[in-house]
Amino acid sequence: MNNDILKVRDLQKIYHTKKGEIKAIDNISFSIQDQEFVCIVGSSGCGKSTLLSILAGLEEKTAGEVSWHKSDVRIGYMLQNDALFPWLTVLDNALLGLKIKKEDTKENKKYVVSLLKTYGLGDFINKYPSELSGGMRQRVALIRTMAIKPDILLLDEPFSALDYQTRLAVSDDVYKIIKKEKKTVIMITHDIAEAISLADRIIVLSKRPGTIKKIYDVNLTEAESPITKRNAKEFSTYYSTIWKDLDINVS
Amino acid sequence: MSADQQKYLKKIKIEKFLILVIQIMIVLIFVFLWEYCSNHEIINSFIYSSPTKIIATLKELIVTNNLLPHILCTLKEVVISFLGGIFLGLIISLLLYEFKFLSKVCEPFLVTLNSLPKVALGPVIIIIAGANLKSIIMMALLINLIVTIMNFYNGFINIDDNKQLLMKTFNASKLQTLKYLVIPGSLNTIISSLKINISMTLIGVIMGEFLVSKQGVGYLIIYGTQIFNMNLVMAGIVILVIMSIILYKMVLLFEKKYCKN
Repeated sequence: MNNDILKVRDLQKIYHTKKGEIKAIDNISFSIQDQEFVCIVGSSGCGKSTLLSILAGLEEKTAGEVSWHKSDVRIGYMLQNDALFPWLTVLDNALLGLKIKKEDTKENKKYVVSLLKTYGLGDFINKYPSELSGGMRQRVALIRTMAIKPDILLLDEPFSALDYQTRLAVSDDVYKIIKKEKKTVIMITHDIAEAISLADRIIVLSKRPGTIKKIYDVNLTEAESPITKRNAKEFSTYYSTIWKDLDINVS
Repeated sequence: MSADQQKYLKKIKIEKFLILVIQIMIVLIFVFLWEYCSNHEIINSFIYSSPTKIIATLKELIVTNNLLPHILCTLKEVVISFLGGIFLGLIISLLLYEFKFLSKVCEPFLVTLNSLPKVALGPVIIIIAGANLKSIIMMALLINLIVTIMNFYNGFINIDDNKQLLMKTFNASKLQTLKYLVIPGSLNTIISSLKINISMTLIGVIMGEFLVSKQGVGYLIIYGTQIFNMNLVMAGIVILVIMSIILYKMVLLFEKKYCKN
């Protein structure tokens, strides 16, 4: 049975600058299944953000094909920075996407309020973002993305702005929320450990121009949560293999 | 509250009080010295006038009902030019913001217009608009508009790119981006630039009244110069000082009320 919700074939993106052409990504082909959590890892500048922007329709592709399982696919995009509006309350921030799509109906509002309550923000609904911790802000950003009931979530290094401890806790939170709400996710990160602890599948990109170097199915013996996954005995094997793939050298 | 905290707060209070007292003293000493020097002919009282003469002139103006119409006239011109400047400034800066190409085309013209002493255009304005209220308002707009446009525009382009990207991910239209992000996001900049706008407007209006007017505080001053009545000139300046303080404070109050951080 085929329940692919996204197929990408031979995707290529070339940027034009005054100095010449830059090939950001090339020859990218993969597919994503429903409710799958896929991480794309790559060193900085390998075009992973470009790839995500093209999938989200924010940028034009140069060549190749991106096909979704249905024409009116809903994409939820979450950025590195929470980008909460300081002049709006937590609730209004979470409702922003719905308002723009003119879907801020009573039921949808109720859904958003229930999400906020479920994920520990019940007491903060009428507070302003400045009163929240970094982790809470990122949770509001996720709920704002989920409020529009997307078919797929695209996460662009969503935790990179957080300090290490918060990052572990928030990625644990976000993982649970996503699994509970049965969402399909493509997340990009440069943090190998984060990728292994979250993903069902990891796509490793080469240096620029970004091409697919390898795709790993992640099978861990401890699969409770991202934090326990880090204790699985296979964890370090995955880590060292992907580290080698990335071929990072500081010179 | 600890004793140290109380001490600290008291220190701040005393300093604030001291500053106010010294400021009042400076004004009083200045007025007294002026009066003294003028009375004892240390300075030429005909040219430099004196506080008592200014007060007497003001009294006379009030008694003959010759003051209020001038103040109201200037005030009317200020309000029209101020609001007009905000309105036009908002529209033009939004257009420049929305159409980057237009903004690139307009940039050198704006820069030139900004550095040009607008008063040089006064005679041209009079010929175009005629010797009336229109000329004065045009003069004031010319002076306050460029600064307003530049301030507003800077507020718009300084909006966080991440927030712009966020709007894009929701497929927001340009109008929605303006409504939900650009305008509320730069409200603080807009409101704080009103302070500059109000002083620019006052400059423009008085300049306009100097060039062409039949009424207004600027007219009083120019008229006083022409008949060499320095008491009238000084009285006009005093009224102008009071007006500008009041207008500025009003904008400041507005800012305090609507500017959230």
